[in-house]
Amino acid sequence: MAIGESTIETMTRDMPLPANIMKTLKEEVLRAGVNKKQMEEIIEQVLLEYEMACIEPCDAVGVVAAQSIGEPGTQMTMRTFHYAGVAEINVTLGLPRLVEIVDARKIPSTPMMTIALSKEGPDDYAYDREKTRILAWEIEATKIDHIADVTTDLSQMKLIIDLHEKAMYGRNITIEQVKEKFNDELNVMVAISPDIDNQVIITPNEASYRELLQLAKSIHDVTLKGIEGIKRVVVRKEGEEYTLYTEGSALREVLQFEGVDRTRTTTNNINEIYEVLGIEAARNSIIKEATDTLREQGLTVDIRHIMLVADLMTCDGEVKQIGRHGISGEKSSVFARAAFEVTVNHLLDAGMRGDVDLLQGVTENIIVGQPIRMGTGDVHLVAKKRPNVLAAKDDCEL
Amino acid sequence: MTKFSLLDHESVPIHEIMHEAELKSVLSKYSIEKEQFPKIRVEDPVIKEIGATIGDVVKIKRKSHTAGEADYYRLVIE
Repeated sequence: MAIGESTIETMTRDMPLPANIMKTLKEEVLRAGVNKKQMEEIIEQVLLEYEMACIEPCDAVGVVAAQSIGEPGTQMTMRTFHYAGVAEINVTLGLPRLVEIVDARKIPSTPMMTIALSKEGPDDYAYDREKTRILAWEIEATKIDHIADVTTDLSQMKLIIDLHEKAMYGRNITIEQVKEKFNDELNVMVAISPDIDNQVIITPNEASYRELLQLAKSIHDVTLKGIEGIKRVVVRKEGEEYTLYTEGSALREVLQFEGVDRTRTTTNNINEIYEVLGIEAARNSIIKEATDTLREQGLTVDIRHIMLVADLMTCDGEVKQIGRHGISGEKSSVFARAAFEVTVNHLLDAGMRGDVDLLQGVTENIIVGQPIRMGTGDVHLVAKKRPNVLAAKDDCEL
Repeated sequence: MTKFSLLDHESVPIHEIMHEAELKSVLSKYSIEKEQFPKIRVEDPVIKEIGATIGDVVKIKRKSHTAGEADYYRLVIE
């Protein structure tokens, strides 16, 4: 007779298994319809299998992870640039990207954001093309080159900016805003031309050629509208929903915008995620970026190896690189550090300071030729010394 | 603009400050001191949000790719 759901629940309650294995087990058992005796046997077998699948104590998981990521890494292309989805935004992929992730670079070579839009109602941003387009212009940084022609009038000692009406309309920006912005940013005389439509004239504070030419250069850097650093915004429709992709990244600023879904918006800049969303989000981001990079190249690496790397990189509460300035450089052992990079400096510094190496790690024990503390090398026999063996003997015979 | 909760973001797992009793049972389960836990900075945005202080241990309910759900612990440091 098959047992019911509640019996299965009570029988499996205290099993030390991860949530998803438990879930599968319950579902499968319920579907197959087993009796109590069979259930007991199943539980026993599952526990046994689980224990067999677990990694053993003293196993060198780090080395296994290093090899498991390193070997597919050799097959990655050296220099790949790929376009994300639509052939518009350029992102670094392949080996350079993987190196970037484990090196914990402050700014990736091609920062990129995926901005999800809010979709609370049927006419919310995610479903409205017009709203989305306006938001995209709000976010994208507008420079003077996008909306005007700039001429340097050397005889009159001034800069003449001819604004394009159409471009201004498209980006929803007015001539007054342009004037204001230049006034704030450059601290110079800015005037709207009284004679010609859509013309702004900038006069330098000092009437010198040097000043004028410098001004001509610096007006190109002024962000008139949008977020500094977001070079381009691309609107894409995925299924029913519009999504924005940006070239350049500014997570904190973008999250302030109305219409942005703050729970799903993300960037490929791990350091930025760490600063805005915290260390756990950064860990998730490392795992996601690394697996995506590998998968894009057609390589499958077990996620456990990448999780181990991500955990190690984030275990001190900040994102540390795997390398000289991070994990390897912070090892306590002198020999381990010397074996990695800049050998002589480490040995010399340690000698001057009088450092002591306790030979507890793997590297240092290999250097001195001792068994390493991994696998069977980490198991020691501990004998308890009993003061009175003869007296104890009597007890045994009873 | 209203401030949103960081914990609502899909890549931020649930963080909660652990009670003394729960902490003790976890420490004895692994037979470790709390200094041996992985760390989290007190300036971490999530820590600021939940209001943990230095010396607290936070329990993090991670969505795991392999185990479905996994608990992780971090000690708040400065």
